[in-house]
Amino acid sequence: MTMTQDDLTIADPKMTAKGVDVFYGQKQAINDVSIDVGTDLVTAFIGPSGCGKSTFLRSLNRMNDTVASARVTGTILLDGEDIYAPSMDVVQLRARVGMVFQKPNPFPKSIYDNVGYGPRIHGLAPSKADLDVIVERALVRAGLWDEVKDRLGESGTALSGGQQQRLCIARAIAVDPEVILMDEPCSALDPIATAKIEELIHELRGKYAIVIVTHNMQQAARVSQRTAFFHLGTLVEYGKTTDIFTNPKQERTKDYITGRYG
Amino acid sequence: MNRETAPTDWKGAAMQKRIAGRYAAERRFKLFGLGAVLLSGLFLAFLLFVMVGNGLRGFTYTNVEVPIDFKAMPLTVDASRLGDADADQAIADAGLADIVAFAADEALGADGAKMISENAWKEVRTQIKADPAILQGKTVFHLPASSEVDIAAKEGAKGALGAKVDALQRDGKLSTGIHWPFFKNADATDPAVAGIWGALKGSVLTIFIAFLIAFPTGVLAALYLEEYAPKNRWTDLIEVSINNLAAVPSIIFGLLALAVFINWFGICQASPLVGGLTLALMTMPVIVIASRNAIKSVPPSIRDAALGVGASPVQVVFHHVLPLALPGILTGTIIGMARALGETAPLLLVGMRAFIGDVPGGICSPSTVLPMQIFLWSDEVDRGFVEKTSAAIIVLLIVLLSMNALAIYLRNKFEKRW
Repeated sequence: MTMTQDDLTIADPKMTAKGVDVFYGQKQAINDVSIDVGTDLVTAFIGPSGCGKSTFLRSLNRMNDTVASARVTGTILLDGEDIYAPSMDVVQLRARVGMVFQKPNPFPKSIYDNVGYGPRIHGLAPSKADLDVIVERALVRAGLWDEVKDRLGESGTALSGGQQQRLCIARAIAVDPEVILMDEPCSALDPIATAKIEELIHELRGKYAIVIVTHNMQQAARVSQRTAFFHLGTLVEYGKTTDIFTNPKQERTKDYITGRYG
Repeated sequence: MNRETAPTDWKGAAMQKRIAGRYAAERRFKLFGLGAVLLSGLFLAFLLFVMVGNGLRGFTYTNVEVPIDFKAMPLTVDASRLGDADADQAIADAGLADIVAFAADEALGADGAKMISENAWKEVRTQIKADPAILQGKTVFHLPASSEVDIAAKEGAKGALGAKVDALQRDGKLSTGIHWPFFKNADATDPAVAGIWGALKGSVLTIFIAFLIAFPTGVLAALYLEEYAPKNRWTDLIEVSINNLAAVPSIIFGLLALAVFINWFGICQASPLVGGLTLALMTMPVIVIASRNAIKSVPPSIRDAALGVGASPVQVVFHHVLPLALPGILTGTIIGMARALGETAPLLLVGMRAFIGDVPGGICSPSTVLPMQIFLWSDEVDRGFVEKTSAAIIVLLIVLLSMNALAIYLRNKFEKRW
């Protein structure tokens, strides 16, 4: 694996992975992946199905811990701190590294409670008034406020798919995370809802480090500044999005983005 | 064209026959299903018809009009003792039973005393205690008839008794009313005063104890097994054991309870406490299995969502998994409890089949339960108990149906869509 290191000059990486392997039982899903995630950047992970990009994403906030057979080796740092170190509190880690899932998964609770849940359990809102402010700010940032401000008491599951996904984004940003991981956030949405989410990602850029896994190469090209191409559990190529799509260094990358396989 | 086989003949005779056969099979299956439904409906209708037909009469009782003149037959009781705690004893000692028997003979003819219940004088005693002025004059009492007269009045009878009852009916001396003692008393040897309340209260206490023990332990065990326990050979073993425990015949639990609770721990026997513990043992595996299924059916995406915003495992369980699993857990629990309520076998062995003449005062006083009361009454020789048995069955069914209705209500109330 020869990577063009000059493309990766990220002065102050938010997260750094070094030599990460992920195993499910005996099967190795991720093989020796090293990557930096920039603070003000959107990083896209692309690759064919089953290439391990979601697995790698889920190891960035230790969601793989919930899979009994999963085992992660190597180092993943958040602000220079090893997230797999015994001293790292996994609950706090997941608040700092928020996640948006493939299928919109609002809680079967009111819109307000969906967004307010995280701040509530982390004690971020001492009073109801504070929580109101946090909920409103999160919904505004997620671009959902105008659509739901008159019906915050309605169930989150009653919203449309695209609104549900923005609600999930609002829920993630309500706890004021540093990184947001998005696992194919638009794969269950129609093109209009997808466009809204992409717009939202643009707006959130700079406030949070964003990592997005996507099947859709146009989407990666549109929303990201850095792109990582995964294939068969390895990181094939990582660089500026423009370089990856216009001038890929690796034959496999070129084949994939030109639709030769995947 | 170079085909290897002839084209399928969709219109040919063989194909038509196959189609006809398929439709016939379809119709046959539908008919069998309908037949099964009709048959079970018929059984249910028959059961209800017989039960209600017999049982409703068990809720009423025949009273006989007996005038008693306390001026002619004075009852010498110190008026000041009537308010005391031992008033019952004082009145009994004064010979009220004989006075009532004599008055009945006088009013109803030679065998009059046998036509009213042997406990009828207690009814008079109750009225005297309520109003001592009765002792100063003549009063007409409606006293419970004897079991034979009651049956004869309700069903008709032949011979001397039948003729007598008919005569009484013509004279308007018989009246039928709701049988209040049935709702207030415990078991008795005389159907005129035997009641269901003792058994009903025993059942309620027993089920309450069983619920208090089986529900929290069952749900916590299920939560631990589903959410925390590592998946290894030990948890597999536990799972198999729980599934087997749910299939163990209930009388075995009775033997276990007899050996452990009564002989070892010395818990008061025949009490709702020991009965409840026994039924808790029996019901817990059912609750564990129902709860595990309910917990399993909570979508993993909800768990992911909660973990993703940094909820701890306990928060995930208590904020999300448990509320979403609750309808299923409650339904399973109530069905398990309803089964426990109708259970007789394990309670035989912990002494709850004894004749208990008093309404249980607490969880440690001797008691029986509804199905046991039905079993005991169905064994009685006195014909008056036949309809008491049916009436008790109706009470048991009403309690069971209310519990099932509660289960459906709770499930609909807590069910959420996502």
